[in-house]
Amino acid sequence: MNSVVCIAQVPDTEARIKIAGGNRRIDEVGLKFIVSPYDEFALEEAIRIKDAKGGDVMVIAFGPDRVQLALRECLARGANKAMHVKGEVADADSLGIAKVLAAAIKSVPHDVVFFGKQGVGTDNSLVGPMVAELLGYPQVNVVTHLEVGDGKLTAHREIEGAEEIIEASLPAVVTAQKGLNEPRYAPLKGIMAAKKIPIEAKSVADLGLQDSDIFNQRVTVVSLELPPEKSGGRKIDGGDAANAAKEILKYMREEAKAL
Amino acid sequence: MAGVLVFGEVKDGKLKKTSREALSIAKKLGAGDVAAFASDRAVAEEAGRYGAKKLFVASIGPYTTEIYTSALQQAIAQMQPSIVLFGGTSNGRDLAPRMAARLNVGVASDVDRLEWTNGKLRARRPVYSGKAFATVEVTGTPAIATTRPNAFPAEESGGGAAEVVEIAAPSIDAKAKLIETKVPEAGELTIAEADIIVSGGRGLKEAANFSLIRDLAHAIGGAVGASRATVDAGWIDHQHQVGQTGRVVSPNLYIAAGVSGAIQHLAGMSSSKHIVAINKDPEAPIFRVADLGVVGDLFQIVPALTEEVKKAKTH
Ligand SMILES: Cc1cc2nc3c(=O)[nH]c(=O)nc-3n(C[C@H](O)[C@H](O)[C@H](O)COP(=O)(O)OP(=O)(O)OC[C@H]3O[C@@H](n4cnc5c(N)ncnc54)[C@H](O)[C@@H]3O)c2cc1C
Ligand SMILES: Nc1ncnc2c1ncn2[C@@H]1O[C@H](COP(=O)(O)O)[C@@H](O)[C@H]1O
Repeated sequence: MNSVVCIAQVPDTEARIKIAGGNRRIDEVGLKFIVSPYDEFALEEAIRIKDAKGGDVMVIAFGPDRVQLALRECLARGANKAMHVKGEVADADSLGIAKVLAAAIKSVPHDVVFFGKQGVGTDNSLVGPMVAELLGYPQVNVVTHLEVGDGKLTAHREIEGAEEIIEASLPAVVTAQKGLNEPRYAPLKGIMAAKKIPIEAKSVADLGLQDSDIFNQRVTVVSLELPPEKSGGRKIDGGDAANAAKEILKYMREEAKAL
Repeated sequence: MAGVLVFGEVKDGKLKKTSREALSIAKKLGAGDVAAFASDRAVAEEAGRYGAKKLFVASIGPYTTEIYTSALQQAIAQMQPSIVLFGGTSNGRDLAPRMAARLNVGVASDVDRLEWTNGKLRARRPVYSGKAFATVEVTGTPAIATTRPNAFPAEESGGGAAEVVEIAAPSIDAKAKLIETKVPEAGELTIAEADIIVSGGRGLKEAANFSLIRDLAHAIGGAVGASRATVDAGWIDHQHQVGQTGRVVSPNLYIAAGVSGAIQHLAGMSSSKHIVAINKDPEAPIFRVADLGVVGDLFQIVPALTEEVKKAKTH
């Protein structure tokens, strides 16, 4: 059973976001990057399948050289193969990224293709289903429980106020939600072993794709702005609970018009 | 090529609120006639009221990705719209990217503003936990976007029932099948589309005290939200988590009690229209986004508020 896990490298969720000159991008100088949190659940699930059933876990990232750090982190945790497709990912839209990943995935053996349910930061939630469509695979989005069997998988999908149980034939695309598992930390010996695994490097052209189709104008960022600083509203002392409750009720009625 | 096609998600014979919101903004864009696509003709009248002239109907049952993609594709082929909008529900966000990849076009997802100017769709979307806003332009035909729940008002525009156009159910062999739908906590409102949310944080001290939050939520008619700390502690299910790794919500009223307001929590709720925070620490970051901040003990204030609300409702 072979798995591929697509890894997005994103700014640390604690990081202060600054906007670069031109007002269309974030300033990456000094910014700390991490493996997108949902991709950690995806990776963990793939490693568990490998431990139970054998096979490979290949991690793939499309981006500039910095993404190699994210791939190394995944190798240290238990992936055993890695591919880096080089390119300025900020110049591609989600469909461009999906086309690159679909081509990369096609070039390696796979039964389950994992994604995070969203890349934290840009929060698009687009790439997984797009890859599924490009490859003609079924998709199960926002998965909290997964069982992989012979030629098929059964997944629990989270929707508003309910849970769906979906059965899909393999190969299939799964996007991971929190709760799917408890991701492990990289063991020390994993960190050492990971250093010895080569990261396969490819260009967009190596995958048989045209730059113009990947770095395109389908969706372009016209401007990126910081929100107006919210200074906070009225603050009251809640020492007298009964009085505070009355104040809140008044606010709810008169301003929020919520009762 | 003209007009806007909206994915009208049906639940219990009615359009979901997020779909009605998408219909309302579709009408306001001024990009031509609005039509809807749905799985049930029962919503023709409702779709009309929210601005749809036509309703493409495919009798394809509950949502599954592949069948819906193929049926919607037929509606798009017939109508040739300039824009296709999806309300940002779980299913809307499952379908939109699949459809876009099939049509080789881009998507702006989770948008909270939309404009149609000079044949281009401009959208604003919050990024980096609301630490920035990106304005994006979607070219290509059709231009696709998913709308953030509660970001656009659902407004009736007074039209008569939409004209029903039948779409044949696709005869494809779907590779993914829905086996079962489980509704765990029957009757509980979900935070995704709620108008009012009452959230609890670690300040509640233990799982059992979530009853204080539930009681208030029930009294007001709101949904129960939670910080990640309480979800991680196993006090409440992840479905309730608000924030960067939970749900992003924009209700009319958000009440947070015993929540510190970590950046990842703020990411999920700072676009709420009215925010009330109850916290005993006057320096808690939640107060920076609160319209009304109450510095005090939630164990005193929350039950007192529940009583006040109950009194107000019986008067
Ligand atoms: C990658 C990542 C993703 C994350 N995603 C999320 C997310 O989606 N959602 C989320 O919420 N968090 C998220 N977090 C966690 C976040 O950083 C915080 O740890 C979490 O939000 C804290 O929860 P809390 O406010 O309940 O707890 P605390 O920070 O411990 O705050 C408890 C608050 O209760 C107050 N309090 C205590 N007793 C009382 C009392 N008697 N009366 C009134 N107030 C009282 C305290 O003053 C304090 O402010 C994420 C973190 C990371 C690293
Ligand atoms: N540049 C990338 N390289 C590899 N995987 C990616 C990349 N961008 C997004 N992904 C994957 O797609 C998922 C969804 O991302 P997004 O659609 O951007 O929210 C992520 O969680 C990753 O699994």
